[in-house]
Amino acid sequence: MAEVEIKPENMIYAKPRLITDEVMHYCPGCSHGTVHKLVAEVIDEMGLEKSTIAVSPVGCSVFAYKYVDVDWVEAAHGRACAVASAIKRLHPDKLVFSYQGDGDLAAIGTAETIHAAARGENIATIFINNAIYGMTGGQMSPTTLLGQKTATTPYGRDSRLNGFPYKIAEMLVHLDGATYITRQSVHTPANVRKCKKAIRHAFENSLAGNGYSMVEVVSTCSSGWKMSPVDSNKWLEENMLPHYPLGDIKRSELPK
Amino acid sequence: MAEKEVRLMKGNEVIAHAAVRCGCDGYFGYPITPQSEVMETLMELKPWETTGMVVLQAESELASINMVYGGAATGKRVMTSSSSPGVSLMSEGMSYLAACELPCLIVNCQRGGPGLGTIQPSQGDYFQACKGGAHGDFHLIVLAPASVQEMHDFVDLGFELAFKYRNPAMILADGAIGQMMEKVVLAPQKARRADAEIEAEYGSWACCGKGTRRERNICTSLEMQSEKMEKINFHLNEKYKAIEAAEARWEQIDCDDADYVLVAFGSSARICSATVELARAEGIKVGLMRPITLYPFPSEPLAAMCRRGVKGFLSVELNAGQMVEDVRLAVDGKSSVAHYGRQGGMMFTPDEVLEALKSNFIK
Repeated sequence: MAEVEIKPENMIYAKPRLITDEVMHYCPGCSHGTVHKLVAEVIDEMGLEKSTIAVSPVGCSVFAYKYVDVDWVEAAHGRACAVASAIKRLHPDKLVFSYQGDGDLAAIGTAETIHAAARGENIATIFINNAIYGMTGGQMSPTTLLGQKTATTPYGRDSRLNGFPYKIAEMLVHLDGATYITRQSVHTPANVRKCKKAIRHAFENSLAGNGYSMVEVVSTCSSGWKMSPVDSNKWLEENMLPHYPLGDIKRSELPK
Repeated sequence: MAEKEVRLMKGNEVIAHAAVRCGCDGYFGYPITPQSEVMETLMELKPWETTGMVVLQAESELASINMVYGGAATGKRVMTSSSSPGVSLMSEGMSYLAACELPCLIVNCQRGGPGLGTIQPSQGDYFQACKGGAHGDFHLIVLAPASVQEMHDFVDLGFELAFKYRNPAMILADGAIGQMMEKVVLAPQKARRADAEIEAEYGSWACCGKGTRRERNICTSLEMQSEKMEKINFHLNEKYKAIEAAEARWEQIDCDDADYVLVAFGSSARICSATVELARAEGIKVGLMRPITLYPFPSEPLAAMCRRGVKGFLSVELNAGQMVEDVRLAVDGKSSVAHYGRQGGMMFTPDEVLEALKSNFIK
């Protein structure tokens, strides 16, 4: 059998330069790894490696700081948008973004998220919505779908018992300070490309001083959902996307 | 830029002026009585137009302390102020600040508690301020001003100590010190540190973007391996030992020949200084020991007074007896220790303190 020679000119994909060599702790099939790579690529392509300050949450992506090679401040649970707001105000020329999951952002951090958006902070938030608390072992999150089984909704989420899932992206649309709100996914190659464009636009919007941006990424959690990665992508398409439809929700200029 | 200046001012207003003048980079706060004048004065001063200082009204104390955390993580000189119930909301953030060894200044203008309590002065947050006040083993550096001038001076001192030890510092004032007006000498304007200075001085930890020179910095308090986490704890313990050895501050009034010593901080100490005069007029040799740092607590001067033969110590506090525990530890059973306090926003008079001294020690 002929030996396969890997030549640089034959490479169609490589690890992004700003992804470190740390072994990732994310489970197979998890969307975090893909979104991390997109973030790293966009920062590199925009030439912002040296002038980025990122804020990581509590949850699975608490360790985002291990993998993306920029300065990171790890925030207390839910507080990332407050932390990022202050950093941006003190460093107005830097790219400042938070990276948060649905428990961190839409439960314990709802107030910080909404008020950062309301103030029109020039920060961006990457919001990984996988409808579950991954790090703590798969409990119900605010975005868990009705009927979805989790560790704290073992018989499925029941609206009378557990309340309704909510769409924080659609809530933010009503705030003048929020100027770019979009919902993306990374479950197909086409969606990955769209998501990357959205992240780039969010970062550009922040740097332009045009207020608050959020890229929600409807994501998978194979371990929490107790499915194979392939089944997770299918479940996402059949169950998550009807409730969390993809596309730009708001693009506007910051009012005077 | 402002020169040295003599003014008549409220303690809370002075915090704002001192912050601008000492080159503070950012203030993040949320209104609460009796300290709202701090942010009101800052907004009136508009320091963003002069020194470039950021002033931001947050949506809660949770947000404001985490804004302080973010700013401090980038090496900036940042602060917040609040009063007791608001400080309780900040306790999580203080634990993170201490864990990440981030310098910052927190002002607590105490009011009576527990719960929503009252808006009148209290010293009921001594335990919270000095014994950690949140989860995990940690300490704040705690300064207790007894005058409007000290409110001013301790802003700069608090920042200096915070940066020297990379540790959050707190000014533990109370509603009386915050609200009263006194003459104060305002310091001349210090320049804010330029980004390049911050990078040069704190580039080993400050997360202000990698810049042109260095590897990335990460500010986190998470360590999953117990062996490593314990090393971090040991490192913090060493730092606290160094602070305890070097930074205790106190004032002594008429203690050299005193048979009895009042131990009091902040507004209580002012009242007690009048008690000393009343007692001495009656021929009772009373002195006043005023801790200026509450953490580190000045134990050694109290121990030295025991060795000299002081017969009794009365810890006079606007609470049910908190600092008295540190007085007892310092005295270590070698003399008598008692507590006298008022609560709920009530304050004692010099006569009441003298009566308490007599009833405890001179029967």
